[in-house]
Amino acid sequence: MNTLIAIIGLGILCLILEIFDARKAIIPIVVIGLLAVLGLDITEFNSPNAYYNNMIIVGKFSSAFSALFIILTIFLVSLGHKFYENHQTKISDFVAIKIFLLAGAVAMVSFGNLAMFFLGIEVLSIALYVLASSNRLSIKSNEAGLKYFLMGSFASGIILFGICLIYGAMGSFDVTEISELSRSAELPIWFPIGIVLVFIGMLFKIAAVPFHFWAPDVYEGSPALTTALMSTLAKVVAIATLYKLVKTMNADISPSFQLIIVIISIASMTVGNIMALRQVNVKRMLAFSGISHAGFMLMTLLSTVKSSGTLLYYTSAYALAGIAAFSVILYVCKTKENEDITNFQGLGKNNPLMAAILTASLLSMAGIPIFSGFFAKLFLFNQTIQAGFIALVIVAVINSIISVGYYFKLILAMYTKEPNEAKIPTPAVIYAVAVISIVLNIALGLFPSFVLDLLG
Amino acid sequence: MTNILNEIGIENYIFLSVILFCIGVFGVLYRRNAIIVFMSIEIMLNAVNLLFVAFSTYHQDAQGQVFVFFSMAVAAAEVAVGLAILVSIYRNLGSIDINNLKNLKG
Repeated sequence: MNTLIAIIGLGILCLILEIFDARKAIIPIVVIGLLAVLGLDITEFNSPNAYYNNMIIVGKFSSAFSALFIILTIFLVSLGHKFYENHQTKISDFVAIKIFLLAGAVAMVSFGNLAMFFLGIEVLSIALYVLASSNRLSIKSNEAGLKYFLMGSFASGIILFGICLIYGAMGSFDVTEISELSRSAELPIWFPIGIVLVFIGMLFKIAAVPFHFWAPDVYEGSPALTTALMSTLAKVVAIATLYKLVKTMNADISPSFQLIIVIISIASMTVGNIMALRQVNVKRMLAFSGISHAGFMLMTLLSTVKSSGTLLYYTSAYALAGIAAFSVILYVCKTKENEDITNFQGLGKNNPLMAAILTASLLSMAGIPIFSGFFAKLFLFNQTIQAGFIALVIVAVINSIISVGYYFKLILAMYTKEPNEAKIPTPAVIYAVAVISIVLNIALGLFPSFVLDLLG
Repeated sequence: MTNILNEIGIENYIFLSVILFCIGVFGVLYRRNAIIVFMSIEIMLNAVNLLFVAFSTYHQDAQGQVFVFFSMAVAAAEVAVGLAILVSIYRNLGSIDINNLKNLKG
């Protein structure tokens, strides 16, 4: 709770700093402020508590995920220093929107009431609509913004209808009360319909097949930093919220619901990977890779009782690799018109460190050992086999092998082709973010138990 | 209040809301003018608001009505952002037909 208040305070401070004409100081102050908020969040880890009639429930799950979101936001805000170089007058808006987005994200994982859940989703989504279309002179960015807006508000409408039907069946918005009531007596038919509608809406938000069609267009059209935000922070938030929702609302999942999750998970992995093979735009390729990762993350829903640690580990590994990859993409494509793979040719000769970081992050996403992506997949598969879904794990392993194909397409372009142009100097901030995130990723791979055992 | 609800029956309120919601969904899917698509989204959200109020009376519980205020505020914020995006599209393209937005493909 204090974390949420502090984040909103920081966002307002950011807007006030602009009034006092301290634009240059905004990013350093916000980064320091977010580090302080991170400390505050960690102190809340061991003191579970409920606030405002169970509106917000702070526990281990919510504070661990909030810590991950705050770390990702620190990276994304620091990358903004270079990205918004030519928009100095609007810098406070961009940073403030990101902080309010973080507030929505924290509200989403610590909800105890469906009203808070809905408000969190909306705060996050509305901030993302603005960021997606923030490059207002580019028609691509406008198109991405409109598509994201239409799909997002459509999904919000479906979620809202689902919440309404659940309320109609239960007469309450409180999730613990709903889950207690749902175990007793017979329920009106609209309760399961409501659950299904909320589930569909959340699948829209995490871009799982068959609700994924907006993702590639939106990821390609948005400014690169927003794409980084969507594919790391927004995806992780949505999947964590869906996990918490499934876990608290129906603790014992029925077999038919499990079958649906298995089918969606297999479809997401396969469609995402196969479509990614034929992409030439890196942002679009990472969008499809994100769809397939959403399929992997959905596997945690099959054993909700003990898989929260695995989910935290998988999402951290994926998001840190994503941040490292996107910081290299930001550097390479800063002066380019698009993000085609040809722009990456010869990066291995021009800038070996950046090429190595991009290689490492792609290998982590593909699941090659020493990087945490491998251990994340290992623990996830192990848990899924224990839950008794061997066929799903076999499909997932085949998909991991397919995914190596398109990640290596980019790696080969970097190392085997000749560079098109002379070396561009790298800004120190991008170096720092890329190095720190990939080091964190490898550290997670070396000491997996630190994160895995956090949630017990 | 309760008498009217008893006479009409909660099911009819649900049917009405579902019909309105479906009108909104089909509007989003089939209309090509962006303004009309926005209006269809509003119909979807307002159909839900209607059902919230009906359920709130049905349960004799004020929470549902409070939720309607939240969702109305959220819908207003959403449309404000959507219209701003539309304005910048109109400046770039000179039209708000969704069919003209075909730059992103692959």
